[in-house]
Amino acid sequence: MTDAETMLDRIAAAENLSELEAVRVSALGKAGSITALLKSLGSMDSEGRASEAPRIHALREQVTQAIAERKSTLENAELERKLATEAIDLSLPAPEGLSGTVHPVSQVMDELAEIFADLGFSVAEGPEIETQWYNFSALNMPENHPARAMQDTFYLEPREGEDEPRVLRTHTSPVQIRAMEAHGAPVRLIAPGRVYRSDSDATHTPMFHQIEGLVIDRAITLGHLKWTLETFLKAFFERDDVVLRMRPSYFPFTEPSAEVDVGWSIEKGRRVVGGQQGWMEVLGSGMIHPRVIANAGLDPAEWQGFAFGTGVDRLAMLKYGMDDLRPFFDGDIRWLKHYGFRALDVPTLSGGVGA
Amino acid sequence: MKFTLSWLKEHLETDASAEELADKLTNIGLEVEEVSNPAEALAPFTIAKVLTAEKHPQADKLQVLTVDAGTGEAIQVVCGAPNARAGMIGVFGAPGTYIPGSDITLKVAAIRGVESRGMMCSARELELGDDHSGIIELPDDAPVGNAFTRYAGLDDPVFDVNVTPNRQDAMGVRGIARDLAAAGLGTLKPLAVPQIQGSYPCPVPVTIEDPEGCPAFFGRAIRGLKNGTSPEWMQRRLKAAGQRPISALVDITNYAMIDLGRPSHAYDIAKLSGGLTARDARPGEKVLALNEKVYSLEPFMTVIADERQVHDIGGIMGGEHSGVSQATTDVMLEVAYFTPERIARTGQALGLTSDARSRFERGVDPAFLDEGLAILTGLIIDICGGEPSAAVHAGTPPVEKRVIDFDFARTKALGGIDVPEMRQKEILENLGFEVAGNAVTVPSWRRDVEGPADLVEEVARITGYDKVPSTPLERAPGVAKSTATRSQLLERRVRRTAAARGLDEAVTWSFISEGEAAAFGGGEWTVANPISEDLKVMRPSLLPGLIAAARRNLDRGAPSVRLFEIGRRYLADAEHPTLALVLAGERRPRGWETGKAQPFDAFDAKAETLALLEAAGVAVDNLQLFPDAGQTWHPGRSATLRLGPKTILAAFGELHPSLKKSIDAPADAVAAELYLDTVPSGRSNGRARPAYAPPALQAVTRDFAFIVPAGLTADTLLRAIRGADKAAITGVRLFDRFESTDGLSLAFEVTLQPAEKSFTDEQIGEISRRIIDAAEKLGARLRS
Repeated sequence: MTDAETMLDRIAAAENLSELEAVRVSALGKAGSITALLKSLGSMDSEGRASEAPRIHALREQVTQAIAERKSTLENAELERKLATEAIDLSLPAPEGLSGTVHPVSQVMDELAEIFADLGFSVAEGPEIETQWYNFSALNMPENHPARAMQDTFYLEPREGEDEPRVLRTHTSPVQIRAMEAHGAPVRLIAPGRVYRSDSDATHTPMFHQIEGLVIDRAITLGHLKWTLETFLKAFFERDDVVLRMRPSYFPFTEPSAEVDVGWSIEKGRRVVGGQQGWMEVLGSGMIHPRVIANAGLDPAEWQGFAFGTGVDRLAMLKYGMDDLRPFFDGDIRWLKHYGFRALDVPTLSGGVGA
Repeated sequence: MKFTLSWLKEHLETDASAEELADKLTNIGLEVEEVSNPAEALAPFTIAKVLTAEKHPQADKLQVLTVDAGTGEAIQVVCGAPNARAGMIGVFGAPGTYIPGSDITLKVAAIRGVESRGMMCSARELELGDDHSGIIELPDDAPVGNAFTRYAGLDDPVFDVNVTPNRQDAMGVRGIARDLAAAGLGTLKPLAVPQIQGSYPCPVPVTIEDPEGCPAFFGRAIRGLKNGTSPEWMQRRLKAAGQRPISALVDITNYAMIDLGRPSHAYDIAKLSGGLTARDARPGEKVLALNEKVYSLEPFMTVIADERQVHDIGGIMGGEHSGVSQATTDVMLEVAYFTPERIARTGQALGLTSDARSRFERGVDPAFLDEGLAILTGLIIDICGGEPSAAVHAGTPPVEKRVIDFDFARTKALGGIDVPEMRQKEILENLGFEVAGNAVTVPSWRRDVEGPADLVEEVARITGYDKVPSTPLERAPGVAKSTATRSQLLERRVRRTAAARGLDEAVTWSFISEGEAAAFGGGEWTVANPISEDLKVMRPSLLPGLIAAARRNLDRGAPSVRLFEIGRRYLADAEHPTLALVLAGERRPRGWETGKAQPFDAFDAKAETLALLEAAGVAVDNLQLFPDAGQTWHPGRSATLRLGPKTILAAFGELHPSLKKSIDAPADAVAAELYLDTVPSGRSNGRARPAYAPPALQAVTRDFAFIVPAGLTADTLLRAIRGADKAAITGVRLFDRFESTDGLSLAFEVTLQPAEKSFTDEQIGEISRRIIDAAEKLGARLRS
C-alpha cells in the first residue's frame, strides 16, 4: 500500500469533521507527511527534483481534493441531521390578523357618490334637526297640509326663543332648499343622510337613510329625470336589464310628480332587480314645484328642474340581499361581518361600483 | 278606496277587463294596490236541486239526500241542515272542493255508515254571511248545474286604489270612471239626478255661525220613512268596499260617499231640539261620536249643534245621540261644505280618521251640493219611502272657478313630451276642464290644479309617462370632476382606515334614552313624541349607542368587540360630525404562542385614535396630550389630544367606573371619540410634495436613561429631548420604562442625523449635553 492509498483511506474513513481535520493536519499541516515530502524537494538535485516533483504535487492535489470532497459530504450530513431536529408544525395557526368592515349604508353612499360624480352631481349635506320651514313649508306643505300628517313626524321639545318646535327631518328634501339658497342655479347635487319617521316594522325603522337628487337649470324636463334615474339605477345595480316604470303620483314639492318602480325577477329563488316579472317601488320624484323654487329664492319663470329621493338602506337591501332593515342599526358584529365591506372595497368607476 | 267592477260600470261604459282597467289606473296615477275577486274561491260551487231527502238510518238529526248538480247523476249527500228537503234548490260543493268558511277540503266519506259525496252549503260556509241555521235556499228558477258565483252576482272583481292626498275627485267611483274615460278606456255615462219636489217646508231650520269652517250647509227633512235594511246589491257593494252594512239610511249615505265622493249625514229629527247650527265648538264642549268615543272639542273645530248639544264633528263624524236607528221615521239630511284646512286640523288634533274626513280634507266638489242632496233624497225615498221637505240652503259653497293661462308648449318644455295642442285640449276637456284658447278653466272637483305645471301633469299622465322620452343630461366636457367636499373625504378616509385596522362600522340610533344622555352630560334636544323612551334624546355623544351595541355583542357571546361609528352629535349650537369607537372583550384571544387572553387597555384606544387622526391628515407629532378627558372618563386613565390648548381633536381612554355602572357598559371597555369638525384643513400647496432627497450620511443613535420625578409625563420629557437640537435630532423613541430603586426610569433612543459631514465626538458630546440639560430642567436626571 502506497502512502497515497493509506492517506485516501484515512480521509474516506473520517467519521466527522474533526477526524477529517486531524487527517488534513497529518498530511498537509506544517509537520504533515506531504508537507515533508514537498520540503524534501528542496534538498534534491535538479534531476531528482524533476522526477519527484510531479509525483509529490499530484499526491498533494489528490489528497487536498479528497479532503474537500469528504468535508462537503460530512457537512451535508451534519446539516441534514440539524435540519431534521428543526422541523416545526406549520399547521399551527399563525398570529390572527384583524379585519374590520364598512357598513353597507356607508358603502352604498360611496357607490352613489361615485356614480353621480360621473354625472356631474356634487354631494351636499344639511341638518337633521330641521325647522318646519325647511322640512315642510318651503316644500309646499303648509301647516295642516295632509301630507304633513302622512310622514309621521318626530317633533322636538320647543326651545326658548323659537316660534315653533323643530322637527327631525322626515326626508332629505330640505337640502334642496338649502342648496338652492347657498349655490343658486344651475345646480346638480345629491344629498344623502339620516332621516326620521315615527314608524317601526321589518321594513320601517324610526331612523333610516335617504338620498336626494336635485337638478336645476333652464331647460330640464321630465325626460331628463327619466334618463337620470335609468342611468343611475343601471349603474348602481350593475345590470343592463334594469327596467323602470314611472307612474304619476303626488308629492307636494313636485309637479308633475312620479313614483318610480323597478322591475324585478326571481333568480336562484331570490328576488333581484332586473327583468320584468314584477314591479317594486324604489323612488319618488318629479319636476320641482314652482312654489318650491320661489321659496328657495330663485325665479321659477327662469329656472326649473327635477328632484328625486330614495332610501339608501332599501337600495342596499335590494342590491346586497338583506331582507330585514332592523339589523342595520343593531351593531351585531356577526351581521356586520357578513354584510359589511372590506376597507379596500372602494367603489370606483374603473373597478366597478359594487363589491 | 275600494269598489267593484260592476260599480265602476255604473259610471263607465267599457268593455275593458279588470286587468286592463287596473293597469290603466296605475298608469294614470291612481295606483291599484290589489284587484281581488271573492268569486275565485267560490268558483267550484254549483247550483243543485235536492231530489230526495230521507232520514238517516243511524242518526236522528241527519238526512240522506240525493242531489242533481247538473251532472246527470243523482249524488248521495248526507246533510244535517234542518231546512233540507226534496225539491229545494241550493249550493253544492263536490268532493275536492275547499270550503272557505270551515277551512276544510271535502272528501268522499262515510257519515254514520252512509257514504256522502259532497255537501250542500250554508251561507257561513261560503263566507257570505253569518247564517248557519240551514243551507242556502235559492229561488226555484235558479239554473241547476250553473256556477253559483255567476248566478249570485259574486263574480265582481274588487279594486283597491291608493288615492293620493291631492285627488279629491278620485275619492268617488265616478271620479275614477271619469279619469278612465279620459284615458280612453270607455265612456263616462251621464249622471242621473232626480227632480225632488218638497211637499212641505223643512221643519228643521239651518244656520251658519262659522262660515269660515262651514261655508255652506244644504239639507232637507224626509218624514214618514222606514229605516230597514238596505237592498242586497247595495250591501254587496258596500261590503266589497270594506263597509259594514248597518241600516238603510246609513248605508245610503255611505254608498253616495263612495259612489260620488259626497259625504252626508242624517240626523234623527226626533232626537233634535230646535234647528241645526254650524258653529265653532265652545271651550269644554264634548261629544260622544258614532265610534262610541268621547271627544273634547276646541274652538277651532266646526260642529253641527242644536239648541242643546253638539250632534256632529263637522265633516268628520256624527254624534251618537242623534244617529239614526231602526226606529227612526223622520230624518234631517245634511249636505255641507267644510273647509279642508279646518277639517285637517281638527282631525289631526282629535286623532280621528274617517271616510268623511278623508274626503272633506281633500276638498269635496263645492258645486255638487244640490245634486248630491237630490241623489241622496232619491235613494232614501226609493229604499225607505217617506216624504221629502223643501230643501234648505244656508251659506254658499266656494264655487269660483280658477282659470289658468296655459301655454301648451309647457307640456314639452316641462314634461319633455310632445303632445299636439289639439290632443292636449281633448285630454283636458275629457277631464272636465274648459279650454278657450289659452284660458283653461279648472273643474270644481279639482282644487289641486293650481297652475300650468299641474296641467302639464294632467296631459302627461293621461298620455302616459311611458311616452316621455328618456333624455340625457348635458355632460360637461372632459373627465368627470371630483365632487366630494373636504369633510366627506375626511370621513371616507377615517372610515376605511378604521375598517382596515380591524374595526367594524356600526350605525346606531341618533336618539338615546334620557339616562344614557344624562350619563354623557345630558342632551340638548329631546323628541316630544318619541317612539319609545329608549329613543328620546338626540345623542350628545356616539358612545352610549356603541357601548350598548358592544354590550349586546358580548352578551351574545362575542369574545372581542371592536366597533366604530361615524355620525353626528347633536349639541346646542350645531350637529357635529364625530367618529367614536369602543373596544371591549379580549384584545387578543388566548393562543398557543401568546398564552392567556389579553384585555384591551387605554393604549389600544390611543393607538386607534392616533392612527385615525393621522389618516385624517393631522400631524400627530404636534399633538399635545392633556390628561383627564372629563367627567365621563376615568380621571387617571384618559386624555384629550389637542393642537394648542383649545383645539380638542379627540378624547380616549377608559370610561369612568361610575358610568360603567350607570349605563351598564362592559367592564373592560375602552373608547375614543374623534371630533372630526375640529381637524384642521391641511395647507393646500397643490399636489406636489416639498423637495426631498434622502440624506447621504447614515444616522446614528444614542441611548439616554433618566430618573424622572413624580408627575412628569413621558410625553413632556420626550418633547424636551426632541427640542434640544431641532436640526440634528430627527427621532426620539421611548424604549424602556421601569421603577428602579432611585425612582422611575425612562430610557430613550435618540436618532441623530448628520447633514453634510459626519458628527465629530465633540459634536455628539455637545448634543448629549443639551439633551441632559433639557431633561434636567424638568427635574429629570441622567441615570448613572
